[in-house]
Amino acid sequence: MSAKTMTADEPVQFYDLDEHAHPEGHSTMLGFWIYLMSDCLIFAILFACYAVLGGSYAAGPAPKDLFDLKLIALNTAMLLFSSITYGFAVLQMQQGKVRGVQLWLAITGLFGLAFLGIELYEFHHLIEIGAGPQRSAFLSSFFTLVGTHGLHVTFGIIWLVTLMFQLSKHGLIAANKRRVMCLSMFWHFLDVVWIGVFTFVYLMGVLR
Amino acid sequence: MSADPAHNVSGAHGHDEIEMPHASMRDYVIGFVLSVILTAIPFWLVMTMPLSAGATGAIIMGFAVVQIVVHMVFFLHMTPKAEGGWSLTSLVFTIIVVVIMLAGSLWVMHHLNTNMMPMPHEPTSQVTGQVP
Repeated sequence: MSAKTMTADEPVQFYDLDEHAHPEGHSTMLGFWIYLMSDCLIFAILFACYAVLGGSYAAGPAPKDLFDLKLIALNTAMLLFSSITYGFAVLQMQQGKVRGVQLWLAITGLFGLAFLGIELYEFHHLIEIGAGPQRSAFLSSFFTLVGTHGLHVTFGIIWLVTLMFQLSKHGLIAANKRRVMCLSMFWHFLDVVWIGVFTFVYLMGVLR
Repeated sequence: MSADPAHNVSGAHGHDEIEMPHASMRDYVIGFVLSVILTAIPFWLVMTMPLSAGATGAIIMGFAVVQIVVHMVFFLHMTPKAEGGWSLTSLVFTIIVVVIMLAGSLWVMHHLNTNMMPMPHEPTSQVTGQVP
């Protein structure tokens, strides 16, 4: 990755001998971004599974019979609100206000919990009426895709709580700022995936 | 990596601070308002169905793509210059892989279904993978 251009009088170097500084965390943001991209591939595989299997009802219920769009709209609103409240937390961090960051993180966490609560209610309802993951290939792929997203949100909330403890213990040190920005990317990324889920699974499912 | 010229330029302000994207209230508010509009219209279209199913499907897919771009720009602060261009490079690579995977899976499985399934000819070809 060396962008050095060779000059005629310089001896040819095939490897780097001189020590250079690696400031802590200077490549964390890019590394985390690449992790998110690999996570994107996981979701792409699950979307592909759903796209292939989503029409196999095995004489069972179809999306039209199962999905309650009002509930999904509410769920989408929860995630969208949590996105902007996380944005407010980042803005507070840029102003150096640790209490403000914690307040907005807490509000974000509550919206995240509301999202999870609604999703678990939906899953519980589906399983109760006999439309569990074992009913058909459509429902297996549906539960896998939406459940994986829900699992990501769950871990996001665990991370968020951990971060709030780290903030109260150490304040807005460089490491904590970095963590806030990484979780910001993770959280907004989950919202991006949810755009795919509500469009492709729920809205297209009801159209089908 | 240390000889990366783009890194030296962007890291010029602030030596101990880690380079982070700068967020502004304006960005978040614009992103949020656009997202609300781009979410509400597809839900409204599907819930009230003023158009045909095909047109509605095409429109909501278009809205989803636009909303993903909005999120990338206003919430994830994606710019061509972020991280010396490597963020965008990895994003473009990921998009290429995702498109190949999605289009390829659908294409291959569609052909398998139409060629392999001894099913009666029906206009609805949504009988993927069913055990007869």
